[in-house]
Amino acid sequence: MSTSDKFTFSRRSFLKTSALASGGMLIGFNLFNACKEEAKMPIDLSQLNYNDFNAFIKISPEGKVTIFAPNPEIGQGVKTSMPMLIAEELDVLWEDVYVVQAGLDTENYKNQIAGGSQSLRQNWEPLRQTGATAKQMLVNAAAARWDVEASTCTAKQGVITNANGETLGYGDVVLEAAQLEVPEEVTLKEPQNFTIIGQETANVDIDKIITGKPLFGLDYKEEGMVYASVLRPPAFGQVLDTYDATAALTIPGVIDVITIGEKTRKYFEGERTSWTAKLSQSDKVVVIAKSTWDAIKGKNALKATWKQDSEVENSELHDEKLMGILDGNKFRTRRKDGDIKKAFAEADKILDRTYESPFLPHNTMEPMNFFASVTPEKVRLVGPVQTPEEAAKVVSGLLGRDLEDISVELTRMGGGFGRRLYGDFVYEVAEIADVIKKPVKMVSSREDDMSTGVYRPAIKYRIAASIKDGKVTGYHLKEAAINGNMYGLIPNFFPAAAIENYQVDTANYKSNITTGAWRAPYTNFLASAEQSFFDELAEELGVDRVKLHMDLLEKAKSNPDPKIEYSPERLQGVLKLVVEKSNYGNTIAEVYQGLAVYYCHNTHVAEVADIVMTNGVPVVKKVTCAVDCGIVVNPLGAKNQIKGGVIDGIGHTMYGELTFNNGEPQSNNFNSYQLIRMGQTPKVDVHFVKNDIAPTGLGEPTLPPVGAAVANAIYKATGQRLTKQPYMNNLQAEKVVG
Amino acid sequence: MPTFNLKINNQTHTVEADMDTPLLWVLRDQLELVGTKYSCGIGQCGACNIHVDGNVMRSCLLQVSQAEGMKITTIEGLSENGDHPVQEAWKDIDVPQCGYCQAGQIMTAAAFLEKNPNPTGEEIRNAMNGNICRCASYNSIEEAIKVAAEKLS
Ligand code: FES
Ligand code: FES
Repeated sequence: MSTSDKFTFSRRSFLKTSALASGGMLIGFNLFNACKEEAKMPIDLSQLNYNDFNAFIKISPEGKVTIFAPNPEIGQGVKTSMPMLIAEELDVLWEDVYVVQAGLDTENYKNQIAGGSQSLRQNWEPLRQTGATAKQMLVNAAAARWDVEASTCTAKQGVITNANGETLGYGDVVLEAAQLEVPEEVTLKEPQNFTIIGQETANVDIDKIITGKPLFGLDYKEEGMVYASVLRPPAFGQVLDTYDATAALTIPGVIDVITIGEKTRKYFEGERTSWTAKLSQSDKVVVIAKSTWDAIKGKNALKATWKQDSEVENSELHDEKLMGILDGNKFRTRRKDGDIKKAFAEADKILDRTYESPFLPHNTMEPMNFFASVTPEKVRLVGPVQTPEEAAKVVSGLLGRDLEDISVELTRMGGGFGRRLYGDFVYEVAEIADVIKKPVKMVSSREDDMSTGVYRPAIKYRIAASIKDGKVTGYHLKEAAINGNMYGLIPNFFPAAAIENYQVDTANYKSNITTGAWRAPYTNFLASAEQSFFDELAEELGVDRVKLHMDLLEKAKSNPDPKIEYSPERLQGVLKLVVEKSNYGNTIAEVYQGLAVYYCHNTHVAEVADIVMTNGVPVVKKVTCAVDCGIVVNPLGAKNQIKGGVIDGIGHTMYGELTFNNGEPQSNNFNSYQLIRMGQTPKVDVHFVKNDIAPTGLGEPTLPPVGAAVANAIYKATGQRLTKQPYMNNLQAEKVVG
Repeated sequence: MPTFNLKINNQTHTVEADMDTPLLWVLRDQLELVGTKYSCGIGQCGACNIHVDGNVMRSCLLQVSQAEGMKITTIEGLSENGDHPVQEAWKDIDVPQCGYCQAGQIMTAAAFLEKNPNPTGEEIRNAMNGNICRCASYNSIEEAIKVAAEKLS
């Protein structure tokens, strides 16, 4: 993907203004398509309508700026960085900017700005255009008041100055500005003139977070609200047979016990392979209670029997099936350059390795939950979900209600990592509210959350390279994944274009266990496999690891391929930077270093892990991370994201694993599933490649390579090449040499 | 149903609840003190940490019947204006990512620094090992505790 996506639209059509009845100017804008001709701008803040606009900016007569946006925050800092882009071009003091997460009460959600690594990249130019346009209108209004040419006036930090040195604050001219035509042309600032972009800026919700204010879905409450706890099948492949609620109903606080599931099942009928259909295969028993605790207690008191509906699978079966795929020859070829058969046939030597990874649950700290209220007039849904538009559509379908009757309001999200892309919990609460006709919140316990998830699928890769005359002549990557994993872009990642004979093949085993996106989907394990392989390949070739990579990237440069996703130059840039900053290759005794360099999610990253052996166990002490994400909008937030991705990646690489026995997940809480804790974390040292390229996201790309950086360091310390995650389970004590 | 008198954030509350109800759910569902978070319910993650007579405790493991007569502080009562040195340090470093675990982290750190205002790096790591952060903001938490310790001394 090119780094500078072009956005072409007429400024006139994407932005509208109005004068607020209460004073001040209101700007409504629509980022990716033109505003509808008939879209009306409200003149009252209670009327903000996100059906026609993505977001609104209010400039008060005092010159204060409030940005109302419905985009949810899941911890990636977009709620802070996106307003920074507007404020930069509007040219106001950041202290004068307020960000309000707007409640959604709209008829549909086409304009929802979804959070994620993509957001900043996609919105980079449109948000700046919006700010610049608003600034130009204020300048035009001031120029008109002074009766001078607008081009003779300048604006800075909320103050407009004319050639005579007279000044007007933005607030002084808001009413006139609101009446003006939207200018067709505006100029964006040059990066060297940025005053807000590039500044360390604190999270806009920080005060609320550190004082414990209600922000999250689990904190949401309404008058008369009851709580629901849902008993779902304990194993994939089972459905409800019978249940007995007698004991549950004797618990004080338990109001009712109902079943749900039929509506969702009907809606997804025929789609047996999709995650939604799988999660809705069975009826579910729901305990309605006066408090969360009563609901959980009630659920635990339910007695249910289950019957088998489809195969109940074991992890051993998955291993067998995936290995069988890799050993077989039924693949879909995703990219093919040259002739790997010939390259392998003519090779002096072939390096062939298999890499294995388990299922992973998301384990957001805030378990899945959602609020619903269903009345004859309206269906109101409130909570944390990353796909509100889809949720509204499905709920409208399954309850047989007009889409116009459905509203979705988003809360802050206690982590997403991909889990909240799947709205199964929204459909459940909608069905529940439809039956009980009361406002209700469905709360998953940790056990529910971990054992009825939409998991990162177990995946195995087999990578083979042919070596001839000391050079890599062929590269063959085969993927076998539960339910499928790889998508179209990946075949065009490194080393595509860097190795002459190159082929990527994929195949999968269809399981009834639900799988889906998990932080850095598609690459979270691929990077570990590939970058471990290259480490071994360099050793096999007897060449320096860094040189091998540099040379391959050089080759890619000389072989321009419009299809490749990565930039060889930028990968070389991060590689150089990480080598310099980590002092790779020249370290002190008893510190072992491992390197990985990777491109994914539009960002180029290189990492070096430093480990030491303590009592025969590898301990990651430090990770040096070099990142090229273009312009760093908010270095404070960016560093937090990067460090989080690295540490989270180490945690899952070393400890993360969900296994199945007879369809039943074998971990369901943090006593049987290990998440990384502070005592196991390294210090992460972050360095940015400085350039003026449009920014790319950071929520995901630093996670994938760290597994390989750690594995490569462990190899140096112990002589053991780790190929199977979680690494901690697969370390052989006797191999430890360090 | 039995009633209990609870001293929370310098106020007395009378609540009705089953004996075995974890204090966590009384705080959250009855008293609307939702800053204290639920995440595991079994004492593993620290999201629900509060202060009981000055000690950090898992409110998901503390039954309401055991909490009577004790001095309970939640994140909402840690300081008048969100300006406890630990909260200030959390702001300086901009610790939170999704933010969900942070009230628990702050409560653990505040109780720890109260007892050990001059901790070593190792002591900080030990003290915080009971608090999980899935966003892995651990580096920032560690740094913020060092900043808070400086503010306190
Ligand atoms: S919720 Fe109490 S320790 Fe996790
Ligand atoms: S900040 Fe998200 S779990 Fe800690």
